[in-house]
Amino acid sequence: MSNMVQAIRMALHVAEERHDLTDVFGEDVGPPLGGAFTATQGIKCAWNSPLDERGIVGASIGLGLAGCRNVAEIQFCDYAYNTIDLLKLAGMQSWSSNGDWNCPMTVMTPVGSGIRGSIYHSHSFDTVATHIPGFKIAMPSTPRDAYGLLLSCIVDPNPCFFLVPKALMRVRTVAGEEIPGEPGDDRALSKLIDAPLGDRSKWQPQWPDTPDIFIPFGEGRTVRRGRDVTVVSYGRTLPLCKKAADELAQEGIEAEVIDLRSLYPYDWARIQESVKRTGRALFVNEDTEITNFGEHLLRRTVEELFYQLVAPPRLLAGAFVPGVGLADNLEMASVPQLPSIRDTIRQLAHQEA
Amino acid sequence: MSTSLRPVPRAPDAELSPELLLRVHDLMVRSRVLEERLIAMYKQGDGYFWIGGPGEEAFNIPLGLLVHKGRGLQYDYLHFHYRNSGTMLAMGADPIDSLRQMKNTATDPYSAGRNFSNHYSKREWNVVPVSSVIEPQYAMCIGTGIAQKRAGGRGITIVTGGDAGTAEGDFATCLVWSSRPANPLPVLIIVTNNKWGISTAWTGQHGEKRISDRGKAFGIESKTIDGNDPEVSYRELAAAMEYVRTERKPFLLEAVVSRLYGHSSASGANAVVDEADCLKGFEKKLEDRKLLTRQQMDELRQKYTQELQDAHRKVRQEPQPKGDTIYQHVFQERDLVREGK
Repeated sequence: MSNMVQAIRMALHVAEERHDLTDVFGEDVGPPLGGAFTATQGIKCAWNSPLDERGIVGASIGLGLAGCRNVAEIQFCDYAYNTIDLLKLAGMQSWSSNGDWNCPMTVMTPVGSGIRGSIYHSHSFDTVATHIPGFKIAMPSTPRDAYGLLLSCIVDPNPCFFLVPKALMRVRTVAGEEIPGEPGDDRALSKLIDAPLGDRSKWQPQWPDTPDIFIPFGEGRTVRRGRDVTVVSYGRTLPLCKKAADELAQEGIEAEVIDLRSLYPYDWARIQESVKRTGRALFVNEDTEITNFGEHLLRRTVEELFYQLVAPPRLLAGAFVPGVGLADNLEMASVPQLPSIRDTIRQLAHQEA
Repeated sequence: MSTSLRPVPRAPDAELSPELLLRVHDLMVRSRVLEERLIAMYKQGDGYFWIGGPGEEAFNIPLGLLVHKGRGLQYDYLHFHYRNSGTMLAMGADPIDSLRQMKNTATDPYSAGRNFSNHYSKREWNVVPVSSVIEPQYAMCIGTGIAQKRAGGRGITIVTGGDAGTAEGDFATCLVWSSRPANPLPVLIIVTNNKWGISTAWTGQHGEKRISDRGKAFGIESKTIDGNDPEVSYRELAAAMEYVRTERKPFLLEAVVSRLYGHSSASGANAVVDEADCLKGFEKKLEDRKLLTRQQMDELRQKYTQELQDAHRKVRQEPQPKGDTIYQHVFQERDLVREGK
């Protein structure tokens, strides 16, 4: 069973073999390293770029305009802040030309906390990404979703962000959610597609035969059904929300947990249907809380579902501080963790109507 | 480094044919009149903002005549800045379309009223959307360069920008990426040096004597030319393009030009008198060589002035885009650039 980076690798392989993916590039993306997180090991069209994020995004736009499906990796999303105007331009190639041009490209970048990445390797990017119109935005929380969402990004005719939660990169698929064709045994898969330590110059991956899976943009997934509270999350905090909900079931609280998976377009119909049933909504993510994407979802909940609500909807997000501090206590205090998620769901469930 | 490169074909010494000189002159006049009409439109309230390239015709017209125009990798990709109206005209653009963009009409074929004047976009000719910011085209052009290198053939990527924009990091990006030993790119890197960044003089901000000197550090064939002379421009562009087409390597061409109406509306869009006018200089040569008389040149200018006045009147009657169109084309359903349609 794969972890998320292996699933990404398998998707890239499928895309270069069957879907005309021509370039996977960025800093340390090609041999010998195959990506800082090993997500591009063994990919034939992967190549190393200069350490220049503006060049990476600029090249990605140009390749897209030339009709080349490409995946440009920004090694950490923290390094993408100096590319914002190029990302804005990517998002407006179609619109500014009144539909004359389109620009197929995928910006893949690891996001968020969870690996003790200190101030400059722990930033989130979902709020920035959702402020750039013209992009579709995917953010998986499972290996299978990573596989299917990345393939959707690659074949889409528009610019896409593929945001990879760093904390979930090594988390393995749970039984029942495998990618068809992947070996069930972790070590067997590793032997096939993980590059060996040391000299890799003669190494060739042995790819399992995995199918095309395209998870549509705008289609979330209800990972747990419940009647009392609707919890909407994505990325690193999603499995924590699921775990908190499972624990609270012992207290008689049944929380419904929705994995948004796609941040734009997003599955409003799913959120709406759930909140109408539960009357209570909690949005959880780890980006800083002021002008946060969850605030948008919360605003829409208030505006459109006000009379179905039985308690004020809540946002649980990262502290509005410049970075995530390195020390364990600092990171734990900066971004939502299991206890704070559990407590917030409990409070919301018990709040008097 | 340069010893390993094939020498750049030397610009031909031979004079350009009289027919070509007259063609260049005709387009220079038409381009100048177009820009003057755009400025007049702005000053009459038929547009919110003017920015363009009067003073760069002697370089921009030859560039447009030499472009290998078409759609797809076997043709030239053009990453323009906002001073390339003359290039578009020389490629065959209808000047009335520039007026439409100035007036932000729904009929504007480049952006349907969404973008400023001289912000062209035309996929049929590989002209990618021009942005108002002065440098990102130097980063974006890398991508079309990579695609064309892979495709082979003679199609090249051409990027244009101004001297002030070379202070931005994207210019360095272009030099680094186009000359990577792992994959040098067929990119003609053009800087039209008008010696100004809005109101700030080049001389106070840049210590390098020539922008083209920066290319040398990367082993890029580089040259500075007199962009106010259309014959020099034509010959040097032809030579540089031939090098990029055949060697599949970058070339940095700095063309020293004039800026005859300031930066844009932002600086008043008024005529300046202390800079060389490439059109006047060229017309004197044509007179001296007895290729045209003053009267013929005056009549030509009058003809185009009338043409643009008529076009202006026509554009005034054309509809503005409707507000409910703003959500159109945020996303594409079809992959036009891959389908080639």
